Amino acid sequence: MAVTVADTIRELTRSHIAETNGMTLGQCLTAVGWVQNTVPAQAEGNHELPMTDVAGAGIAVGAALMGRRPVFVLRFQSLLWLNVSPIVNYAAKSMEIWGVPCPVLVRAIGVEGGGTGPIHSNCNHSMVMSMPGLPVCAPMTPGEYRRIWDHWMSHDDPVLVSEHRRSYLSDRELPDMVKDGAVATIYALSAARFTAEEAVARLEAEGIRVNLVHVLWLKPFDRSPSVLAPLLASGRGLVVDCAYECASAARSIAYELMEATGKPVRALGLEERSPGASRHLENGTPSPERIAAAIRALIAV
Amino acid sequence: MTEPRSPDFNLIDDLHHQAGRDFSLELFRRLCLSRAFDTRVRQAQIDKDVQTLIYLSVGQESIAAGVSMHHRGAWVLPQHRCHSTYLSFDGRPERLVDELLGLPSGCCAGMGGSPPAADFERRIIGHDGLIGDHVPIAVGVAMAKPEDKVVCFFGDGAAEEDYVLAALGTAASWKSRVLFVCEDNDLSVLTPTRDRRSWNLAEVARAFGLDAVDIADDPWLVAHHAATLTLPALINVRTCRVLWHNGTGQDGPPEWDRFAITKARMAELGLAAEAEAIETECTTQVEDLWQSRLQTRSGN
Ligand SMILES: Cc1ncc(C[n+]2csc(CCOP(=O)(O)OP(=O)(O)O)c2C)c(N)n1
Ligand SMILES: [Mg+2]
Repeated sequence: MAVTVADTIRELTRSHIAETNGMTLGQCLTAVGWVQNTVPAQAEGNHELPMTDVAGAGIAVGAALMGRRPVFVLRFQSLLWLNVSPIVNYAAKSMEIWGVPCPVLVRAIGVEGGGTGPIHSNCNHSMVMSMPGLPVCAPMTPGEYRRIWDHWMSHDDPVLVSEHRRSYLSDRELPDMVKDGAVATIYALSAARFTAEEAVARLEAEGIRVNLVHVLWLKPFDRSPSVLAPLLASGRGLVVDCAYECASAARSIAYELMEATGKPVRALGLEERSPGASRHLENGTPSPERIAAAIRALIAV
Repeated sequence: MTEPRSPDFNLIDDLHHQAGRDFSLELFRRLCLSRAFDTRVRQAQIDKDVQTLIYLSVGQESIAAGVSMHHRGAWVLPQHRCHSTYLSFDGRPERLVDELLGLPSGCCAGMGGSPPAADFERRIIGHDGLIGDHVPIAVGVAMAKPEDKVVCFFGDGAAEEDYVLAALGTAASWKSRVLFVCEDNDLSVLTPTRDRRSWNLAEVARAFGLDAVDIADDPWLVAHHAATLTLPALINVRTCRVLWHNGTGQDGPPEWDRFAITKARMAELGLAAEAEAIETECTTQVEDLWQSRLQTRSGN
């Protein structure tokens, strides 16, 4: 059976609990399918938190200080707004202030559509990126999840993992697509990587050849030559994300790319309005159509 | 003392006999309207007329019905499971139907769906979807409007939110005119209270200095305490959520069936025929409303 992203998270957690004294903390972990089947169904090592959306993160931070490498689960990224203070103000600063590592893995789950409405439908990973000491990643494949996990286990930093429900049942790896004669390069983040793939295929059918570079670490952003080369060759870039644009991961990465290459790079994210519960009012990950339109506009300039 | 998870927990004997006939009929009507409404919403989701996430009050209707008997006119802050509160406090049913159907004429213009139902003109203040977020807001409303009463409903899970406890303490310190009502169905999603905490909300509220009781969801009992506690106060009401956390499913029979018990009490009062007529009226009224709104939608 193919191993999905959800399977990968669950099995990494299971062996972390069994072999490295790890633990999981979160609300309603056991409820409704063990968080989309990403939490191992076992009592040992799983800690049901009360519904305390500020104190909960603090408790996870305490466990991290004691070396337990806790996995702290937030069922919706909207809950970051409440839980974020102990993460950015304590865990992320602990090394710099006291020299004490505080490696908590924050699993913040992105959700959208399906009636989730104005609060829970969103990714909010951008909000933490302006604070130091907290690497931020958005793995969408089993292999990427293992990589970020290994990174976390072998470093002292806390890590914010911006997950997306859209990836959980996927078992595919997502290699970059770099082509000769491409006229633009898409740098895609989180769930926008799936819609960007479709956009690239559509544009290709129209005769517009576009590169696709998958971004795993939102912060620090990898500016290595292999990441910059497709942009340098194609001459234009578009960073696509499933979060809002203003003060966002997408704009920050677009800026880094422009600074590193001198090439024009735009950002595309959610429309600047709250998502509604009704289907016609949803505001989710940029669709293949929106991405393709943004590319057409970019190359028309 | 009876078990907390029982339909007679801290019941006052014969309370329903002491209530006037008109009071009992109106109380029962409010309970029935909510029951009929959410039963119809459930059907509408099964029929795919309602596609958004729904949080139904089925089984818990007696709480809002009981509190509303003495507090209509207060500012009301429902929790996410809000339909019974909205209706008992006179929120306009057609606006809630439209919201669930995603129409611009809905009480949140289709933005919110089920959880944030609001009718500001009727002093019903919407919930944002973050559990317990509205409890400090209730204290703020009371602070800004000392001449008005405020009623704030929340769940046993929300009770654990840090800011809910801080809000209870602040209300006690400021002697805010807030009645806090915990709709305690013993579940947060599917996690029972015993797996989440060891403390008792009414005791914590008392420690803060609030007048507080812990009772079963008998509607006369709820109404009695809602009328007699000195504000700020808290009522923790033990109740049963009949359906799933959201959606239409059901796991098994509830621990007790408050609706059936209430009908039996109406019969004890010699009001069986009247109760039956009210139930039929509410069902018809709700069905007529849905039909007309569904027609409006298909005409759109
Ligand atoms: C601040 C916050 N934390 C977590 C959630 C996820 N959540 C939605 S409803 C719910 C259960 C709440 O239980 P309770 O307050 O007892 O209300 P009930 O659903 O039982 O009526 C949870 C945990 C949320 N919406 N907001
Ligand atoms: Mg509950």
